[in-house]
Amino acid sequence: MSDNQQDVIVQVENVDKFFGDFQALKAVNLTVARGERVVVCGPSGSGKSTLIRCINRLEAHSSGRILINGHELTDDVKDIDAVRREVGMVFQSFNLFPHLTVIENLMLAPKLVRKTSKTENRELAMEMLARVKIQDQAEKWPSALSGGQQQRVAIARALCMNPEVILFDEPTSALDPEMISEVLDVMIDLAKEGMTMICVTHEMGFARSVADKVVFMDQGEIVETGPPATFFDSPKSDRTRLFLQQILSH
Amino acid sequence: MIFDLELILDSIPQMLMGLGLTLQLLFLSLALGTALAIILLLMRISGRWVLAAPAMAYIYIFRGTPILVQIFIIYYGLPQLELVRESILWPILREPFGCAIVALSLNTGAYVSEIFRGGVLGVDRGLKEAASALGLSARQRFIYITAPIAIRLSLPAYSNDVVSLMKSTALASTITLLDMTGIARTIVAETYAPYEVFLSLMVIYLVLTWMIQRSFGWIEKRMSRHVRSEI
Ligand SMILES: Nc1ncnc2c1ncn2[C@@H]1O[C@H](COP(=O)(O)OP(=O)(O)O)[C@@H](O)[C@H]1O
Ligand SMILES: [Mg+2]
Repeated sequence: MSDNQQDVIVQVENVDKFFGDFQALKAVNLTVARGERVVVCGPSGSGKSTLIRCINRLEAHSSGRILINGHELTDDVKDIDAVRREVGMVFQSFNLFPHLTVIENLMLAPKLVRKTSKTENRELAMEMLARVKIQDQAEKWPSALSGGQQQRVAIARALCMNPEVILFDEPTSALDPEMISEVLDVMIDLAKEGMTMICVTHEMGFARSVADKVVFMDQGEIVETGPPATFFDSPKSDRTRLFLQQILSH
Repeated sequence: MIFDLELILDSIPQMLMGLGLTLQLLFLSLALGTALAIILLLMRISGRWVLAAPAMAYIYIFRGTPILVQIFIIYYGLPQLELVRESILWPILREPFGCAIVALSLNTGAYVSEIFRGGVLGVDRGLKEAASALGLSARQRFIYITAPIAIRLSLPAYSNDVVSLMKSTALASTITLLDMTGIARTIVAETYAPYEVFLSLMVIYLVLTWMIQRSFGWIEKRMSRHVRSEI
């Protein structure tokens, strides 16, 4: 593996994705380097979720190549498991395990996947809960927490696997407005610590201040990619301009 | 019509002598039926046609025919086959008790596996995806996420099925077993007092039903601690 490849964490090459006859991704190319923060935006149904779900194989891409830290994603279960260990994911709907307490939610994957000791896992879990500033909720059931707290627990749960990159799929879209900032703050902290992130979001303030690269998708294609300054202030494509007008006008 | 109170007071203790047998029929066939249900469920959700199809056929047949007929086939029909008489199962199938257990278990297995399948299908897909994303294997996802949640979802329907099974144990009296219903029928044959005896029998079954429902109510409450928010 060359030095150059080591610095690339996610490489999406010419990826198509079909659901039956419907093409959700059209020849998508995306390269994410270690430590890079990428924000993906675009209208609903443009394929943003499909793209990041292909990156950790919750969906199988139809053609093209996806490499994570040098591992190519194929049908081989071993590859998929190897990739999933390196890729964390945070969902719009939190998806905390309702039958486990907060700390058990965090300790489960380390126990089953890394097979580390219980004390070790507990320590790690408490450390990650502290990182998202929610350690005092460790013994509660997820249903007892607010949406913002649940999403922070979900982030801590992903962090426990020490991923190379974290994928966020509209992490604040299901939240009440007053809880959005507590989640964004945690994400900003992660970004500052150098975490590689791919983040689908319509929080343009977050994109402007945190992203190294903004990707605009429409109808399954990546229409435009650029640093936030050029993306927001001088978009090249009309479609981007139209989208930005719509999203910034409310 | 005047009830013969003395007869009632007399027959209840006699019928309760059959309670042990009723409970044996209930608990044994519940345990075996539940184990069978899990096997059928795993076959159905295996995603492999060779496993799923036989399980579906089995469930269709056992849910689509009267349990009484199933009991009769096992008790009267199977012993006609030499194959059965020479098999290691013969000591079980020779006895009416064994036949009743086999029939009740096979029948309950079919019903309960459908109940469990409903529970499994009810588990939020997002939770399974979250578990995949954390690197859990398919087996780990089933054991640690799907199964515990599915069990909680299945519990109310399962408890109804336990009540049904409890009532079905009365059918064992048709193949000479002296469970509570069997004893009741003997008393009626001797006293010609069907009202008193069968009404008392109903009361006993009602109490059993009530006890089963209460127990499951308690289990459900314990298992749904996580949805109450005060903890
Ligand atoms: N499992 C699926 N089956 C069929 N169509 C799907 C499936 N998932 C997504 N799609 C379709 O693919 C398109 C892109 O969806 P998605 O990636 O969820 O968009 P976005 O996240 O940008 O809103 C949509 O038109 C959606 O209906
Ligand atoms: Mg989406």
